Amino acid sequence: MVTLSTDLTETSDKPWGRSRVLTALLAVAFALILAKAVGILPEWLNRIPEAAIPPTAQVLDAIFSFIQNDLGLIYVTRFIAEGPLEFLLDTSANLLEGKRRWPYLGPIPWSAIAAVAAVVGYAVGGWKLAALGAGTFIWTAAIGQWKIAMQTMSVIVVAAPLAFLLGLALGIAAWKYGWFERMLKPILSILQTLPFFTYLLPAVIFFKVGPTAGAVATITFAIPPMILMTTLGLKKVSPEVIEAGQMSGCTRWQMLRHVYIPAARTEILVGVNQVIMLCLAMVVLTAFIGMPGLGAKLLAMMGSFKLGRSFEIGITIVLLAVTLDRMSKAWVVKQPVHFERNTPWWKRHQISLVALGLFIGFILLSQLFPILAEVGRKQHLSQGKEIDVVIKSFLAIEAIKGTTEWLRWFLNVKVLIPFRDTLLAIPTPAFILIVVAFAYWVGGRRPGIYAAVFFTIVAFSGWWDRSVITLYTVISAVALATLIGIPLGVIAARSERWSKSILLACDTAQTFPSFIYLIPAIMLFGVNDVAVVFSILIFAAVPLIRYTIIGLSSVPPEMTEAADMSGSTRRQKLMSVQFPLALPTMAVGFNQAIMFAFFMVIIAAFIGTQDLGQELQRTLAGTELGKNFVLGLNVSLMALTFDMAISSWTEQRKKRLGLD
Amino acid sequence: MSATAPVISAKNVWKLFGASPEAYLKSMPAGRSFDEIRTDGYIAGVKDVSIEVDRGEMLVIMGLSGSGKSTLVRCFSRLHDITGGTIEVDGQNIMSLSERDLIELRRNKMGMVFQSFGLLPHRTVLDNVAFPLEMRGQDRHDRRERALEVIKLVGLEGREEYFPRELSGGQQQRVGIARSLAIEPDIWFLDEPFSALDPLIRREMQDEFLRLQEMLGKTIVFITHDFDEALRLADRIAIMRNGAVEQCDTPDQIVMNPSTEYVAKFTEDIDKARVVHAKGLAKPVNGHALEGAPINGGATIHELARVLVNDNRILLPVADDKGVVTGVLERDTALNVLLGAE
Repeated sequence: MVTLSTDLTETSDKPWGRSRVLTALLAVAFALILAKAVGILPEWLNRIPEAAIPPTAQVLDAIFSFIQNDLGLIYVTRFIAEGPLEFLLDTSANLLEGKRRWPYLGPIPWSAIAAVAAVVGYAVGGWKLAALGAGTFIWTAAIGQWKIAMQTMSVIVVAAPLAFLLGLALGIAAWKYGWFERMLKPILSILQTLPFFTYLLPAVIFFKVGPTAGAVATITFAIPPMILMTTLGLKKVSPEVIEAGQMSGCTRWQMLRHVYIPAARTEILVGVNQVIMLCLAMVVLTAFIGMPGLGAKLLAMMGSFKLGRSFEIGITIVLLAVTLDRMSKAWVVKQPVHFERNTPWWKRHQISLVALGLFIGFILLSQLFPILAEVGRKQHLSQGKEIDVVIKSFLAIEAIKGTTEWLRWFLNVKVLIPFRDTLLAIPTPAFILIVVAFAYWVGGRRPGIYAAVFFTIVAFSGWWDRSVITLYTVISAVALATLIGIPLGVIAARSERWSKSILLACDTAQTFPSFIYLIPAIMLFGVNDVAVVFSILIFAAVPLIRYTIIGLSSVPPEMTEAADMSGSTRRQKLMSVQFPLALPTMAVGFNQAIMFAFFMVIIAAFIGTQDLGQELQRTLAGTELGKNFVLGLNVSLMALTFDMAISSWTEQRKKRLGLD
Repeated sequence: MSATAPVISAKNVWKLFGASPEAYLKSMPAGRSFDEIRTDGYIAGVKDVSIEVDRGEMLVIMGLSGSGKSTLVRCFSRLHDITGGTIEVDGQNIMSLSERDLIELRRNKMGMVFQSFGLLPHRTVLDNVAFPLEMRGQDRHDRRERALEVIKLVGLEGREEYFPRELSGGQQQRVGIARSLAIEPDIWFLDEPFSALDPLIRREMQDEFLRLQEMLGKTIVFITHDFDEALRLADRIAIMRNGAVEQCDTPDQIVMNPSTEYVAKFTEDIDKARVVHAKGLAKPVNGHALEGAPINGGATIHELARVLVNDNRILLPVADDKGVVTGVLERDTALNVLLGAE
């Protein structure tokens, strides 16, 4: 109570014209809370009564079933699923993991794939990437995870190109037609904040259980960034290049094919990189609808607390992620290099020929030495049990155990539970008002209005308490991540060497599928709220650290030099020069941290939470499409509220500082 | 000039940028100034310009940034659709062309060089130069041959397989020039082609350009913000400001008789003797008694300095390059120009 009232005076002290609105919003909220504390608040003002909640889920279910059955959409989707899509997936599954389907050629020996990966790595980025490519696949085979890894890969090799093509086509359409872009933009921002589980259930219903549904959900999830990058790239093509094309007498199609798309190559390839990474992250998550592969195995191992094996699978996933990321990024920056005239044909295509040669060579060799084709059950080098023992004995060390247990107790009893109970105690209207006040204070009028609309929708969805718990987890994790991440970033930004290596670490960590972050959390804290918060914390700390370093190191040197010459101490320089200038960039990191947290909190439902994620996961087992959708939309709306407020703040701030 | 019709003929051309320029132009009272138009929410990129370009002539459009010179040339090539007036290219109103015809026009008659080169980064020098030929569907062999020919012409032999980013700025612009010449255009647009280059390279490229022009004799519209460059290259200069043409004349006339204060400001610091030619300063013969050998009308006053100082005739006959006397030059006037006295 007391803190709230000081908050009030503080905000009204701010020299902004909006202070009066803020005071009014918070005063009403405060009055409501006070009324509840005294016990005079009518129940219908505390929580929206059941009777007033519209049956959104049922209505949605009716709409879905109308589209699905009466309009016959299901026949179309089922046709796609059982026809072309399944055919592609079967083909890739046959080639990579040896599923008994056309063309009955697979599985390709692991050694041949590793060799090709090495050559591709060399072609795009030299020996280092060659070693990374080969190493990843050798590790995967040697550790005995080849088959499950290829189950995952066989979906990616189908999903990623399809997502790329669809994203490219939609991106071109959005660039070409303004109305299409205006229509697409809000849909994309919802799609990007919608939890992955919300994609899964419709995919299962419309595209039947199994790899097809997994592939469809993955593709849908991976398309938005491809669309955005394509439009961005096409818009950025230099006007002179366009005019040069027109003056060369290009027709519209020639312009697109020969001028626009090649000139937007960089952005399009960045889109490809994002598509690949999202596909990997999502394919792993399709484990929740029973898709076999690395994700499913990891889920099973974590579920049975086999930490050693989980750890090994985690390494495989991380290696795959890093390899795919590094290679696709190297491709982005790779520029064509000319050959002298009259270079013979074989020399121009040297690398492709070497790759082909090695591929065939290893296939032949593997006929002679079966170990090159498949690492058998008894031959692999997995040390699952041994690592298990090591991890468990490490955790059992008195000091470690003491620390984690104390931390767990402290966080749970002293911080998390009281905070959660406080949030849950706030009457719904007061809660909405506080959120609106926050959005208004940070981002201005528009975000404030959106916050009001969005949170009111959440309130009327019938899942208020679960939403609040979701929000509580997000807020606690992001707050803790900020406390740790920003000082870390500030310290790292002091030296160039440190910032470089920490940035590299952050970039690498960002490529890991979110699922991976659950492993250390479960290892340290077991299965409970603290582990959830911890896994979100590390996931969200990454962008915070990253953008803090980027923000601080991109402060123009003449400004810090000016501060130095004005005789400011290091602290003064940080507080009055570097921070204010870096703040817009840091806010981008903060925003990303919140978005990541909303994403992760749903995944963390696996550990056992009581929030929306848990409910969402439960819907996966059934056919409650409407409920699934409502839950997902709640998450999306809450995330969008923060996104809008912070983005709008960043933009205003940048404008005021005259940055970009 | 002569019986041959102008290649480009622009009459009362307007190009307005804004919400609904056509409607605004129709309702706009005559004689509205650039600033008044701006307060109405429109930018006059090109403001009531009438200009003609003759066959084989090099017209240089000079102006500071934002003066509308690039916009005007983009109207000539219909990269911009004009808001009002007419532009005829070879007697054909280009605003009435269909998309198909416009593409044909560009494929066969027009070439353009850009300030930042506008090269396609993913294509080699050869493929960049051959690009317009490829677009019009010429077969592989033909276009390769023609491309090699123009590459040789601009002095880039041996670099055919390079990518643009592997070349220096000057070399990249040579590629741009080669590309614009590949289709053998009648009309050659150059939009500040040398502005992005270092001063030394710029000089070298100007010489190269004059050599090419002497060889090819194209109709040229050349844009620059550099007055010296304009004086060096032009047959005629059009000086633009706020979308309108302030003066369009030969370099001699611009330097000797600037028609507005704005133009005069440019000419102030120019060494006129290096610009003005004897024939530009000459007066009609009109019965003057002429004696002695004539001087070359095509030489600048600066080049004639020694003659002017040593000769003691009051009137000097001026001859064209065929030796026919076309006028008389008052020695005093010429000496004044030489000494910088008005």
